[in-house]
Amino acid sequence: MEIHLKIWRQKNQESKGALKNYTLTEVNPAMSFLEMLDMLNLKLAKNGELPVEFDHDCREGICGQCGMMINGIAHGPLKNTTTCQLHMRSFKDGDTIYIEPFRAKAFPIIRDLKVDRTSLDTIIAAGGYISVNTGQAPEANSIPVTHHEAESAFDAAACIGCGACVASCKNASAALFTASKISHFANLPQGKKESAERTVKMVNRMDELDFGHCTNTEACQVECPQDISVLHIARMNYEYNKAKIKKI
Amino acid sequence: MAKDIHANIPQGDLKDKWSNYKNQAKLVSPNNRKKLDIIVVGTGLAGASAAASLAEMGYNIKSFCFQDSPRRAHSVAAQGGVNAMKNYKNDGDSVYRMFYDTLKGGDFRSREANTYRLAECSASLIDQAVAQGVPFGREYSGYLRNRSFGGVQVSRTFYARGQTGQQLLLGSYQALMRQTEAGKVQLFARHEMLELITIDGKAKGIIARNLDTGKLEPHSAHAVVLATGGFGKIYYLSTLAMGCNASAVWRAHKKGAWMANPSWTQIHPTSLPQSGTYQSKLTLMSESLRNDGRIWVPKDKKENRKPNEIPEEERDYYLERKYPAFGNLAPRDIASRSAKEQIDAGKGVGPLKNAVYLDFKHALKEHGKEIISERYDNLFKMYEKITGVNAYKEPMKISPAAHFSMGGLWVDYDLQTNIPGLFAIGEANFSDHGANRLGANSLLQACVDGYYIVPYTLQNYLADQIQVEKPAINHPAFIASVKEIKAQLQEFIQNKGNKTAEEYHRELGKILYDKCGLSRSKKGLEEAITSIKTLRKNFSENLLVPGKEEEINSELEKAGRVKDYLELAELMCLDALHREESCGAHFREEHQTSEGEAKRNDKDFCYSAAWEWNKTASTPILHKEPLVFEFVKPTKRNYK
Ligand SMILES: Cc1cc2nc3c(=O)[nH]c(=O)nc-3n(C[C@H](O)[C@H](O)[C@H](O)COP(=O)(O)OP(=O)(O)OC[C@H]3O[C@@H](n4cnc5c(N)ncnc54)[C@H](O)[C@@H]3O)c2cc1C
Ligand code: SF4
Ligand code: FES
Repeated sequence: MEIHLKIWRQKNQESKGALKNYTLTEVNPAMSFLEMLDMLNLKLAKNGELPVEFDHDCREGICGQCGMMINGIAHGPLKNTTTCQLHMRSFKDGDTIYIEPFRAKAFPIIRDLKVDRTSLDTIIAAGGYISVNTGQAPEANSIPVTHHEAESAFDAAACIGCGACVASCKNASAALFTASKISHFANLPQGKKESAERTVKMVNRMDELDFGHCTNTEACQVECPQDISVLHIARMNYEYNKAKIKKI
Repeated sequence: MAKDIHANIPQGDLKDKWSNYKNQAKLVSPNNRKKLDIIVVGTGLAGASAAASLAEMGYNIKSFCFQDSPRRAHSVAAQGGVNAMKNYKNDGDSVYRMFYDTLKGGDFRSREANTYRLAECSASLIDQAVAQGVPFGREYSGYLRNRSFGGVQVSRTFYARGQTGQQLLLGSYQALMRQTEAGKVQLFARHEMLELITIDGKAKGIIARNLDTGKLEPHSAHAVVLATGGFGKIYYLSTLAMGCNASAVWRAHKKGAWMANPSWTQIHPTSLPQSGTYQSKLTLMSESLRNDGRIWVPKDKKENRKPNEIPEEERDYYLERKYPAFGNLAPRDIASRSAKEQIDAGKGVGPLKNAVYLDFKHALKEHGKEIISERYDNLFKMYEKITGVNAYKEPMKISPAAHFSMGGLWVDYDLQTNIPGLFAIGEANFSDHGANRLGANSLLQACVDGYYIVPYTLQNYLADQIQVEKPAINHPAFIASVKEIKAQLQEFIQNKGNKTAEEYHRELGKILYDKCGLSRSKKGLEEAITSIKTLRKNFSENLLVPGKEEEINSELEKAGRVKDYLELAELMCLDALHREESCGAHFREEHQTSEGEAKRNDKDFCYSAAWEWNKTASTPILHKEPLVFEFVKPTKRNYK
């Protein structure tokens, strides 16, 4: 297949970026999207040009390191699919593809398609855990967790921390990411105890960072590779209001 | 000079050794702990759990990873589950049985005492993970659910859907972030360790490169822990992540740390096959598929019909035929080797004739689509995403792929390398799995090393370091090392050849997979060594790295990793060549029974091979750690 690419090139956060045109003529439909970029980078390197910097690691949709805007959609056109799991058979011969970084104030650009998502770790650091030290744990089966509780907790815990929700949100809100962690623990008996403190700390942290406010556009769930439900945001708001009533 | 080496195994009966150790280990008082700094490289299950646990105890931790967040370490990709001895099923499990299964699975090539401790500490891990909120699978009653995994007869595997590694890692990552918030851990993401600093023979720090700026940063400490994972990516096509590397362990090796059994690599039987030369990695399909899928190839190598059109009598269900007792559930090494045999005999399927069929037709008929989809739907979906093929209608195509490094840095019972103050944990060390690792045992090992072992053994070492100042980062050892690394990086860039690091890596991977992979022979290994030397020479003359050194530069990162791989590859071949026996994943064609099974040689090779770097990659010195079996008698592994 012949594929035309318009890729965002930007040296660093301070400099101005622009879309640059490239054409690849021997793209195989069975290639993954990132393998197509590998092919481009090999060509660029051999021509003495700088390869396109992009983030990736596991290439199997679980580490959350990859992510770019593909034709304006976070992770591209396929539903519930990370960039690394997208394959070229989703495109047609002769297509033009726009590739840009995840854009959000809280995600400064490092170079080209690489952005700094440390702010997501900072939200977790504020309270995204159960405060238990190594060695303190009681016998595992002494805390029964119903099948249903475990499954709902899992649905939320499946977030891979890619930041697509932030990039796809017009407010650049991290509500879905934050809510998924709050909801994961709020669904479990061992996580409930700290729920009020946790929620307030994480929500406050999110506000302190450069994320916008959630206005319920629900764009995030649509582009989330793990299909994390916006209902978790409702749960977060509920936990937050409950905590406020308790004056935490 | 070669020497016999000893692992400092504590005295006493097998079941008392670890308690005896803990009873006698030296301690550091809480107010002294805050004076001690520890570097932990790696934030996978091993590194994150060690860093968090040590920080909770009061030590100051610097934690490093090359990904942009600690949560992305490759432990995240583990699907199947984690083993632990809880005997919740009341099916006769015990610490001893788990220990024995692990030892036997490893073909009696691991240390009794370490393996026993792994089983002994396994139960606490489940307690810890549950307390952290890991959403393990549950029965409707609310109690924890288990399943069975290859090579054992009890159900001791805990799992969180097909994302056990991710959920366990999030548990330890969150514990790590909690300590970051508490100010006890300083995080260095997007940093790559490029050198180990030793002063007066002790590990005292590292040099890391900030991958965003390209700057080299010296870091000093009272001790260094390497938790840098496996190096299966040396085969290029593997189930590992793109950034997985051997650089941290290899550079420690070149500073004097021994590498043990480096050639022992687990090749996983159920990965997706390579579909073209552009391919960058192989995706693992969970082994659980082998519970219901039947593996076959056409009997006729000229077969060109679609799989569904090939009648039953023209199919060879070769695992069922050769291993009637275990059938499609034969252990990984055996399943992988048998697949290779069929592929080499020209019976492989798919466009590159490099795969075998994994067929669900019979299971679908027997159980119905609903049940099969409940069990495997996520895997079927993933398969379709990658290949575009619907496995409910057509058999999957699978093939073997490099997966796990049983070998790694040599460590003693304390998980300390032969360099005092340098510890290695998780997949980076060689300790518990012998010549073949059992499924679901390595998440366990990474966690047990990090949560339960290194916090005690490191403390035992640090107790003598309280009065010793950590070196200043302008100590000559740091300055000299920064200079050397800088020169190396500049050399890569100034070389201006015409082949990228990636291209060298692909070539190296192919040599290793063909000659030092599933089966090995003297002739093949000698050829491989010659080819590797040629490739290494070519690399030094003809490497192309675009860009600059003091900036973000992915190509430069790869160049360093491939350079290390090109040296390690030769050591792997030398290790495989010297071991004139077959054991576990190490299959030497010269050493097989008349039925084509592995033939172990306990008389001459009942030892771990610990290699010392000696000037060049071609001249390592071999030390032997004899494996003494005091409590069990090695038997022949038989899965027929
Ligand atoms: C696809 C797949 C599926 C698996 N499934 C299972 C399973 O079901 N059950 C099971 O028990 N095991 C499984 N395994 C094996 C298991 O996941 C690993 O052995 C284990 O997670 C390794 O953990 P670790 O902490 O040692 O290393 P990793 O998790 O690989 O972490 C390595 C860390 O080191 C860092 N690092 C590496 N090099 C450097 C450097 N030079 N500088 C700085 N940082 C560095 C990385 O950034 C990372 O943080 C699977 C493995 C794979 C690949
Ligand atoms: S909620 Fe979804 S989109 Fe947002 S970080 Fe998690 S996985 Fe990515
Ligand atoms: S590279 Fe890991 S999720 Fe895409």
